[in-house]
Amino acid sequence: MDLLIILASGVATGTVLLYATVGEAFAERSGIMNLGVEGMMLIGAMSAYKVTAATQNPWLGLLVAMFAAGAISQVHAFIAITLQADQVISGLALNFLATGISLVLGEGLTSLRDVVPQLPNFTVPVLSQIPILGKVFFDNHSIMVYIGFIFVPLAWYYINRTRPGMHLRAVGEYPAAADTLGIRVYVLRYYYVFVGGILAGLAGATISLSISPGWFGALTTAGQGWIAVGLVIFAQWDPFRAAFGAYTFGALRRLVLDIQGPSTLLGLANPFFYNPHYAFFLKMLPFAFTVVVLVIGSREANRKRIGTPAALGLPYIRGQRGL
Amino acid sequence: MDQVNSTNGYKNVVSMRGIIKRFPGVLANDQVDFDLRQGEVHALLGENGAGKSTLMNVLAGLYRAEGGTTMVHGQVVNFGSPREAIEAGIGMVHQHFMLVPSQSVTENVLLGLDEPRFRMNLSRYNRKIEEIAQQYGLHVDPAARIWQLTVGEQQRVEILKMLYRGADVLIMDEPTAVLAPSEIEELFKTLRSMTVQGKSIVFISHKLHEVMDISDRVTVLQKGKVTSAGIETKDITRADLARLMVGRDVVFRVEKKAVDAGDVVLSVEDLKADNDKGLPALNGVSLEVRQGEIVGLAGVAGNGQSELAETLAGLRLALEGRITVNSQDATNKPVKLGIRQGISLIPADRTQVGTAPNLSVTDNVIMKNYDQEPIGQGWIVNSLEAIKYASELKEAYDIIVPNIDTSVRLLSGGNLQKVILAREISSEPRLMIAVQPTRGLDVGAIEGVQKLLLAQREAGAAILLISEELEELLSLSDRIYVIYEGEIMGEVVDGDIDKIGQMMTGTRLEQIEAQGVA
Amino acid sequence: MTESEMKKPALGWRLPFSIRIEPRIDNPPKWFSPMLSVIAVVFALLIGALVIWLGGGDPWAAYSHIARYSFGSVGVLSDTMVKAIPLMLVGLACSIAFRMKLWNIGAEGQFFLGVFGASLVVLLPVLPEDAPQWLFIITMIISGMLFGALWGFIPGFLKARYNVNEIISTLMMNYIAIEWNNYFIYAVWSEGGFQMSRMFQRNAWLPRLSDLGTTMPFFRGLTTHMGLLFALIAAVVLWWILAKSQWGYEIRLIGDNPRAAEYAGISIKKNIIFVMLLSGALAGLAGMSEITGVVHRLQGAISPGYGFTGIIIAWLAKLNPLAVILASILFGALILAGREVQPSGIPTLIQGVIMVALIASDYFLRNRVTIVRRVEE
Repeated sequence: MDLLIILASGVATGTVLLYATVGEAFAERSGIMNLGVEGMMLIGAMSAYKVTAATQNPWLGLLVAMFAAGAISQVHAFIAITLQADQVISGLALNFLATGISLVLGEGLTSLRDVVPQLPNFTVPVLSQIPILGKVFFDNHSIMVYIGFIFVPLAWYYINRTRPGMHLRAVGEYPAAADTLGIRVYVLRYYYVFVGGILAGLAGATISLSISPGWFGALTTAGQGWIAVGLVIFAQWDPFRAAFGAYTFGALRRLVLDIQGPSTLLGLANPFFYNPHYAFFLKMLPFAFTVVVLVIGSREANRKRIGTPAALGLPYIRGQRGL
Repeated sequence: MDQVNSTNGYKNVVSMRGIIKRFPGVLANDQVDFDLRQGEVHALLGENGAGKSTLMNVLAGLYRAEGGTTMVHGQVVNFGSPREAIEAGIGMVHQHFMLVPSQSVTENVLLGLDEPRFRMNLSRYNRKIEEIAQQYGLHVDPAARIWQLTVGEQQRVEILKMLYRGADVLIMDEPTAVLAPSEIEELFKTLRSMTVQGKSIVFISHKLHEVMDISDRVTVLQKGKVTSAGIETKDITRADLARLMVGRDVVFRVEKKAVDAGDVVLSVEDLKADNDKGLPALNGVSLEVRQGEIVGLAGVAGNGQSELAETLAGLRLALEGRITVNSQDATNKPVKLGIRQGISLIPADRTQVGTAPNLSVTDNVIMKNYDQEPIGQGWIVNSLEAIKYASELKEAYDIIVPNIDTSVRLLSGGNLQKVILAREISSEPRLMIAVQPTRGLDVGAIEGVQKLLLAQREAGAAILLISEELEELLSLSDRIYVIYEGEIMGEVVDGDIDKIGQMMTGTRLEQIEAQGVA
Repeated sequence: MTESEMKKPALGWRLPFSIRIEPRIDNPPKWFSPMLSVIAVVFALLIGALVIWLGGGDPWAAYSHIARYSFGSVGVLSDTMVKAIPLMLVGLACSIAFRMKLWNIGAEGQFFLGVFGASLVVLLPVLPEDAPQWLFIITMIISGMLFGALWGFIPGFLKARYNVNEIISTLMMNYIAIEWNNYFIYAVWSEGGFQMSRMFQRNAWLPRLSDLGTTMPFFRGLTTHMGLLFALIAAVVLWWILAKSQWGYEIRLIGDNPRAAEYAGISIKKNIIFVMLLSGALAGLAGMSEITGVVHRLQGAISPGYGFTGIIIAWLAKLNPLAVILASILFGALILAGREVQPSGIPTLIQGVIMVALIASDYFLRNRVTIVRRVEE
């Protein structure tokens, strides 16, 4: 069990959560909660894998995955924005629909294991020489990991320091105000649900083409989409906090696997080594940890005045008082 | 080309002809004509629901009219969105401010504009906005976040927003409703300075004295129709306007019988509480209400009134101090216990707090006695008794609704308030806390509500009336307390409106009296 | 007041009529809502047919297969009921929680804990092996419901105390529940190294209709078990609670407007915990009845996602406990016969389409859509 390997692996697997979480943060910043992340990730993972298997081009697979997940997200957008239905129930419905579609279209993909090319891994020349950090962040990672490093500050900058970002925040905080100033609330909400879908698709493709390659039905994502929805609350809709949460989660997932390796832990007999069945309790940890993170996030949200986008979950109807 | 009215030589910047606007079940504007001249303050007067805001929402591009034409600067326009209206120079300051609380003043001003294109250079725009603010005397810090500002400052941001967009027609929707008297004075100064610089202003109001104060001309709407178009304000009296507005003579004074105040029902000592954001809202409030009296609580919105009402009803935690009701301690007691002790609260927000929109009238009226005989029996709700009770209330309070199974979200504001009043009064409360009980109602409904409150007073209830309408407080109350920033500034028995006004802006009664002597 | 002209101008120019959408200002007639649900389901099945057809299958064959293998004879009808029993109970569990706008999507995990609670009685063992059947049944019901309730209580408590989003927490509890059961399946009660416990002895089984076959030949071979009785009783009790009791009134009030409920002196936190306890207990009962009525041993893969289908059932039933019974039978048929439909994701897909269609159809409950002829304008 090597701490550096665990951290490096945390960065790699955390990248999946990172894209999904920031994507959901975009949608929620615009006021639309999309609980369909898990389903959209499955769509992404499936279509990336299927297209790559057919064309032998993982980049094409990635692109199709983003569009497919973005497209399916519009089902939720239509129901939640235009039909003004409850976003919770609509998101759940999207989940069923997307999971169903990916299972149907993913039929038979599992057996293709060795004939599907992956996205490239590489080591960043100079940066990987930095002690400790180089090993964790820049050594033999998937290209999706490096894109993630660039993506996070860009997303933060976009939200907080640009005109479209300001409009995004306004639409999620006070859509009526945005509307009176000519900002097209519905269009923006559709757009950011689409962005959330694209990023969920990217997250799914990152799994199936890079981090843990292959298609294993619903087990491909194994609940990471739901963890992402939870992480958004912990992240307070901020990309940097999302990155921190995602990498920590990734490291935890790896720790859970690696902790069973050594026969002693901190000088004591390692119970996980001597009884492998205890692994079931280890497997609970990421999920239990999500709940803990939610408690932390919720307490913080109660304390701080700015946090949840004020109009999150509320349909916007022009001319209705209040919002 | 600006349209010039040939008979008197005035330039009309806006002229609307035959505007029709329907809402499901209502004809909000029925063939309405309206003209706005350059450089004037034109008051649009009418009761709540008369169609003033609707007409101006049409002009501001928020609604699309179903009939009629609108001309701006002589050009026929048909705005599909507020943005198009702003581009034509028409800006509206809404009653509920359209400001994003978590963003800064500058961000709010720049919202929706094409410039800056992508990157926000906030410090540069801060300076630009500062300049415009200077020009019109609208003092506000461009870098401050909206939630940090007072209501008056927020209103200035709204005006700034429109000026920055180059609006030359400014529609102000009930701008004084949220302001203290001194802030109103300041607003009027700003409005006058803008007309001097060539801007035209539509001033929507239902308050006669303000209309008389500020406007050059006035157009009166009643039930969606114009009853008087563009009369010069100086040619008309307040009583005339009232008649035009309501369609009949209005009695300004409510008939109030003399009732001797009895025992103290509510006594509050040094009460402290926080608001939802965890900031102090009540900083040591003390007051008393006796049997058979209506005690008014005056103050500008947001000075702790709603927090006080909630703390008294047990909905908010009292941090310090004591509440005594009927000489029993009622501090931080469960809400249910308060209801049993005869505390009744008419909440300010009828739809958000007072009722459950998708439940039936029956379910809404039994909200406070569903677990009490005869409606509550053991574990069950006796639906026959509940229906009987609801039918009785529907008759007694003249609630206009097809049947008592109707969801209350389909009721009009006046009928909804009747549902709440029916529920609260039928419990024969000993202490009644009424928060803004007449807000947003039409004159007929207001009269009805006021009569019900007076009847309760005669029946021996102690009533704490919290209102932002000074006229209402003056006509109903036996005594008036004034609240400012969570503290009671003083108490007025004789209805001295000057004193109340000064206290509303934070001068203590002792200070006023000391000045008076000196 | 809402924009009344959401009609699409682009279409309007060409068509001789326009579509006018207005919010309803009166309640629609009572038959309207169920009719809309039926239309939504039919519509969803048509879309499902389209998908099957696009996938190269024969939709008519698939659907007639489903119909025949779920309602075609008394035997398969009985099997359909067996599938419908856990669905009814989790559907009820979801309905009661959703009534309060409490999004318990953890019925799956609560189901698993119910399975665990019931198995415990036999495998720990709590009761001696030869204890009478009635005692086994009662003890297992109590234990199953208790463990299900516990699993509901945790997110309920976190919601009431820390305002933790129950959607995520209940979902996370699902995954934890699976691992929890797995530990006992693999490590504690594993029989001879297999991933399952020993078979429960017969006196720890729920009675089936076929048990009556010796005296009444008609019931011979029918698998429907006593769980059906539990589900029907639970539905009636729940209906009574919601429609008649003071607690039900509180739940409805909180569900519609929590601030109004607070103002009426109703404790929201207390109700969150109670409703989550009840919801968890019902899902736990579903698990108990499945393990003692059908599977008869603790093993993995007991549920094909009953807990999630329960969400759709609750929605299809418009959160009405009695309607849950009918909706569950429909989905029981879909799950039973859908097992043989290829590809295997089709039933999930159809469930998803049904749910999307249902939610979309709610729009017509809130809005009146009329077609206006052009001439009027």
